[in-house]
Amino acid sequence: MKLALPTREVGIISCSGEEIPGGTIALVATRLVLEKLRPDKTVTLCLPLFLAGDKNERDFAKVFPTITVDGCEKRCAQIATSNLSGKPAYSIVVTDVAKRHPEVVLKSRDRLTEAEMKIAEEVAEEVAAKVDEILKKRSTGRGEKLLE
Amino acid sequence: MNEDAKVVVIPCSGIGKAIGRVTRTAAYKVIEENPTTARTLCLALLTVGDEGAGKLVSDAPCIAIDGCPNQCSAKNILASKGKLLAEVMVTDVLRRNKGLRPQGVIELNEDGQKLASLVAREVAEKMNGTVK
Repeated sequence: MKLALPTREVGIISCSGEEIPGGTIALVATRLVLEKLRPDKTVTLCLPLFLAGDKNERDFAKVFPTITVDGCEKRCAQIATSNLSGKPAYSIVVTDVAKRHPEVVLKSRDRLTEAEMKIAEEVAEEVAAKVDEILKKRSTGRGEKLLE
Repeated sequence: MNEDAKVVVIPCSGIGKAIGRVTRTAAYKVIEENPTTARTLCLALLTVGDEGAGKLVSDAPCIAIDGCPNQCSAKNILASKGKLLAEVMVTDVLRRNKGLRPQGVIELNEDGQKLASLVAREVAEKMNGTVK
């Protein structure tokens, strides 16, 4: 028997890296998508739960198409999701978005400056657009996952 | 103090609830108040098995700040064979300060900031016994 998996929600996984400003921007951008931009279409999971949690947590990327949001080029969210759960549908890196704004120096780890918050909003908008794209593909049957 | 000899304070940074954000803010408060003896590390680096991060937590004493019973920080430190000196659970601190109502993940409210300060104080107390 084949069981169709949920297609109404996309999982957003942030690295939330504590050492770097990009980690805080990744966290804030993810929350902006969850709370404000696509609250009915997105869910999240704490990244370290892939190790600390159980099978349910590790099945996250098998159940939901995922978008990873990383703070730096190390791409921990993308790698952890790929290795421990399932391949993400899309991945975004904060520092890539920040490169479009060379005038902004990322320096805050706790409270973001206005300029850093604007970058978080830009990341969030890009993620929200990808959420729509993924769900549209799924609703038309393209890319729908089936579990044996 | 050498970076490798500092106490590594690692919050879970749980993204689902305000208490997750409290762990993160508490860690930053500890580091700000003890810049020569405390540092942090991206927990995600431990989750992906980063070699440098693994070496750091196995060489230096670590304090986990966890927001919920999943204990993501403590468990990831132990899974990396880290030296877990202590764990501070935000829910325990909140239980002793029942009037506080922490809210907000994007930005903590005033009660969240107060709770983070109390958690930071507990972390600092645990550090004091080990760092000269």
